[in-house]
Amino acid sequence: MNTPVIIINQLTRRFKETTAVDNLSLEVRSGEIFGFLGHNGAGKTTTVRLLNGVIEPTSGSMSMLGLNPQVDGPELRARTGVLTETPSLDERLTAWDNLSIYADLYGVPKTAARMRLQELLSEFELTDRAQERVSGYSKGMKQKLALARALLHKPELLFLDEPTSGLDPLAARHVNDLIERLARREGCTVFLCTHNLVEAQRLCDRVAVLEHGRLVALGTPTELTRQYVRRLEVDMEVCEEQVEVAMGILRSFPGFVLGEPTQTKGALVVTLNNRESIPDLMSSLVRNHVRVYRISAQDANLEQVYFTLHGETEGVQ
Amino acid sequence: MNWCAIFAIVRKDLKVVSQNKGVLLPITIIPLVLFVVLPWLTALAPALVNIAGVSFSQLDELIARMPAGLQQELSGLNINQKVIVFFLVYMLAPMFLVIPLMVASVIAADSFAGEKERKTLEALLYTPTTDRELFFAKLLSAWLAAIAVAFVGFVLYAVMANSAAWSVMHHIFFPNFMWVALVIWVVPAVAGLGLGVMVLVSARAQGFQAAYQLGSVVVVPVLLLVFGQVSGVMYFDVGVVLILGLAIWLLNGLLLWLGGRSFRRSRLLTS
Repeated sequence: MNTPVIIINQLTRRFKETTAVDNLSLEVRSGEIFGFLGHNGAGKTTTVRLLNGVIEPTSGSMSMLGLNPQVDGPELRARTGVLTETPSLDERLTAWDNLSIYADLYGVPKTAARMRLQELLSEFELTDRAQERVSGYSKGMKQKLALARALLHKPELLFLDEPTSGLDPLAARHVNDLIERLARREGCTVFLCTHNLVEAQRLCDRVAVLEHGRLVALGTPTELTRQYVRRLEVDMEVCEEQVEVAMGILRSFPGFVLGEPTQTKGALVVTLNNRESIPDLMSSLVRNHVRVYRISAQDANLEQVYFTLHGETEGVQ
Repeated sequence: MNWCAIFAIVRKDLKVVSQNKGVLLPITIIPLVLFVVLPWLTALAPALVNIAGVSFSQLDELIARMPAGLQQELSGLNINQKVIVFFLVYMLAPMFLVIPLMVASVIAADSFAGEKERKTLEALLYTPTTDRELFFAKLLSAWLAAIAVAFVGFVLYAVMANSAAWSVMHHIFFPNFMWVALVIWVVPAVAGLGLGVMVLVSARAQGFQAAYQLGSVVVVPVLLLVFGQVSGVMYFDVGVVLILGLAIWLLNGLLLWLGGRSFRRSRLLTS
C-alpha cells in the first residue's frame, strides 16, 4: 500500500492563455483509492490525460507504474484503464462489439476475452441486451458499459471520471462496491475524479483538492476535516427544567461557541469552533449541575472541507 | 506494429460505417448508377437512336477530333460498336476513378472527423496503440473499403457492359489492358489521394459533414481528366494510365507524410 505508483512532480500544462494544471506535485500509493476533487475545469481531466501520455506537459515530470508517460505511453496504457467523462462508446455498435473490439486493442487473448466479456456483462447486468445497439441504452447503461470496457484487461491502475454519474442510487452503490472490491481485494489502485463528495468521503483513502489547476489540499478525509473544518455542530439533550440554565452557560462561552445556541424539539443545538471545545463545555455544564442526557457532534465531512477551501481560494482570487 | 490492434480498429471503423446510412447510401447508389444503369443505357442507345430516326453521324466527327491512338482502336468497328466502345471503354475510364475517390473520402471523413464529432475518439486514445498504428489503421479501413468497392464495381461493370452490349459486339470486349492497368495501378492510388486530402481536412474540421464538404474539392482533378478525355485533349491508353498512376502515388506520399506528421494524440484531443 505504501509503494507510490504515481509520482507527479511540479507538473504544469498550459493551453495558450489558460493554465489547466499548475505546478502539481503529489504521489498515489499502490492499492489506494485516491480521490481527485475539483470543480469543472479544475484540471482533473487534463491530469488524467497527462498521466496516460495522451497529452504532453508544458513542464514538470511524472512517473506511473515506474514508467514515463511521455516515453512509454503504449506500455503504460496497456496497464491502465480509463473511464472517461463521457462514455465514449460507439453507439451504432452493440455492447458486445464495443467490448470485443477494445479487448483486441488491449491485447486480451481471444479465448480469455470471450469469458471476460461474459463476466463483465453479467457483473453490470447487461447480458440480456449485449446484442443490442448502444444507441438504445439509457445513460446509466452506457455508463456501466463504459466502466466494463475500462476493466476489460484487468488494469493495475484505474482512472475513473465521475463513475456514478447518471446511475440510479442502486446502480451507484453497486459501482461503489465494485470500486472498493477492486482496490481492497484485487489490489487495483483507483484514481477517482469526482464531484460527489459523499462518495469520495465513503470510498477514498486519501483525497486531493484541485482549484484552478493548483493543489490546495491533500490528505485522508479525516485529516482534511480536522485541518479545515472550523465549525462543529453539536446537539445535546438536557433536563427539561434546566434548559434556560444551560442556554445561559452556552452563551457565556463566546470564544468557542459560535452564534446563538438554539432550541429545537427538546434539544439544544450549538455551533462550536472545534472539537476540542466539547470537553470544556461538558465540564462547565456538569460543574453547574446541569443534567446532560445526550450529546452528539455531527461528523465533519469532505463537503465542508471542499466549501471551506473553495471559499478560501475564491477569496485569494 | 501491433497488427491485432490495427485490425481491431479497421473492424470497428468498417462496422460503424456499415451501420451509417448517411455514409452507406452515396457509396452504394453512385456505383450502381455508374456500373449497372449506364452500361444498359449506352447499349440501348443505338436502338433508341434508330427508333427516333436520327443517326450517329456526329459521333464520327467527334471521333475524328480524338487522338490517333483512339481512332485506331475504333477502326474496323461499325457505328453502333463504336458508340459502345467509345463510351463504355474510353469515356467511362476517368469517371470510374470517382468511385474509389468518393468511397475513400466518405469513410475517411467518418473515421477521422466523424469520430471526433461523436466523441468516441477519447476512449481510443487511451488504448495502448501508438499514434502511428492509429493513423495507419484509420487509413487502412478507408483504403480497403474503397478498393473493395472499386474492384467489385469493376467486375460488376465488366459483366454488365458485356451483357448489355452483347447483341451489338458479339464478343467480350471489356476489359482491355488499359482498364486492367487502371484498376490495379491507378485505383489504389486515387483511393489514397482521397485519404490524404481527408486526413489533412479532418484535422481542422469539427464534424463529418464539414470534413466531407471541404474534402470534396479532391474530385476536381478527376473531373479535369473526364473533360480532357471528352474534349480529345488526352486519351487513356496504357502509357497514360501508368504515368497518371505514378503521379498520383507520388502526390499521395507527400499528402500522407504531411497528414502523418500532424496526426498526434495530443493534437487530436486539443484541436
